[in-house]
Amino acid sequence: MSKVRLLVGTRKGAFILTSDGKRKTWKVNGPLFTGWETYHIMKGSPVDPDRLYASQTTAWFGQIIQRSDDGGATWHTPGTPPGEPMVSPEGMPKGESNKFVYDVSPKTGKPLTTHQWYDGTPRPWEFKRVWHLEPSLSDPDTVFAGVEDAALFRSADGGKSWQELAGLRGHPTGSQWAPGAGGMCLHTIIIDPANHKRMFVAISAAGSFRTDDGGKTWKPINKGLSSLYIPDPAAEVGHCVHRIAMNPSRPSVLFMQKHWDVLRSDDAGDSWREVSGNLPSDFGFPIDVHAHEPETVYVVPIKSDSEHFPPDGALRVYRSRTGGNEWEPLTKGLPQRDCYVNVLRDAMTVDTLEPCGVYFGTTGGQVYASPDSGDSWAPIVSHLPPVVSVEVQTLG
Amino acid sequence: MAATIRVVLPLHLRRLAHVESEVRFDIEGPVTIRTVLDAIEARYPMLHGTMRDHVTQRRRPLLRFFACQQDLSHDPPDTPLPEAVAMGAEPFLIVGAMAGG
Repeated sequence: MSKVRLLVGTRKGAFILTSDGKRKTWKVNGPLFTGWETYHIMKGSPVDPDRLYASQTTAWFGQIIQRSDDGGATWHTPGTPPGEPMVSPEGMPKGESNKFVYDVSPKTGKPLTTHQWYDGTPRPWEFKRVWHLEPSLSDPDTVFAGVEDAALFRSADGGKSWQELAGLRGHPTGSQWAPGAGGMCLHTIIIDPANHKRMFVAISAAGSFRTDDGGKTWKPINKGLSSLYIPDPAAEVGHCVHRIAMNPSRPSVLFMQKHWDVLRSDDAGDSWREVSGNLPSDFGFPIDVHAHEPETVYVVPIKSDSEHFPPDGALRVYRSRTGGNEWEPLTKGLPQRDCYVNVLRDAMTVDTLEPCGVYFGTTGGQVYASPDSGDSWAPIVSHLPPVVSVEVQTLG
Repeated sequence: MAATIRVVLPLHLRRLAHVESEVRFDIEGPVTIRTVLDAIEARYPMLHGTMRDHVTQRRRPLLRFFACQQDLSHDPPDTPLPEAVAMGAEPFLIVGAMAGG
């Protein structure tokens, strides 16, 4: 019998919600990591679903990475069991699972570069937090981290230590990147399942980038994006991409929710075209693709950049079954009046069961599930802290 | 001669380090903020980076160091701590700063 495990990150900790394949009744486990804002609690490696990673931060104590090797039953900071020596038998320093240091090593000879601050002045990169963790598709000990200030790190030892893939931050446009309102964060990491050396990332507010050589070199892939809030709306970088999604069966087709506009690319990001169509607003944060229908896409429109709530106070997921442009509101089971929550960029996901399950969490603390591809919805929980991330694992 | 000093960690760091209450350390040589933090990190490596920056070693801005009713947060890290702390009569307090409304 299939089982579904939802991993929910919130402003005050994490929760694990489990159900059988019917996805009607749920068991709630948590809170985990109480008091720590959980930016991302991540689905495990496809080769080891019990290997989970979580990123927590507080303004007081900074960044923590925790790992579970038993599906979330127990957690530890990788490499640092209490009372053990500081250095492993192999000579690896312990206690470094939260050490994210930009690559200025003598080996590479790279100086610490600057990006553009809000006032237009150059500002040195400074690590603040991990926004997104993405597992390797083939090795449970390899995991990627997207951080603020925007950079990509990789761990090849199960999260014990991290090294920057500095070619991204070192791109010639890096000095022009500037933070959005939420900070300059690398929030989206997608690995091409057909070619693991190809990866896509997205940065607010720099745009989207692709590597074809495993992260050594990167190119901006923002052709076709138009952003009226920057001096040149069609600039190579400077776009506030909110999220990118892909169906693994068609890795050259990408869907994007931008600060404004929903777009698609049919050539792995080399060019984009707008597919906002009849959406009531094309502003939003999450976007995802149906697990079995690569032309079925989900977004949650909100009113505007300064009004982060659903139009008319009615919470509606919009679904396109035509790869964009033609959208239908999905309302059954969702509040249709007096609702002023938001859905953040990592807070929507789909499972791989038949029919496909769709899930999202809100800033009001609700987590909704649809076991029928979005036709109907029901809340799993209604009173969590604001939900930051939702990931799902389909087990068995 | 080693001094046994007492340290009170804030709740979240106690949880992270899996300790219940006050912790005690023997410290050889001068008892300073730096040597106390070194001792804490040596025994509880998961606390690396949570009290001071990994690289610059600067105190995290929203942490405070108190002892003997004094705020020692802004003292240079190699300043000797009060004798009562060095003798174990008074604890060294690591406190999350008040931040909020």
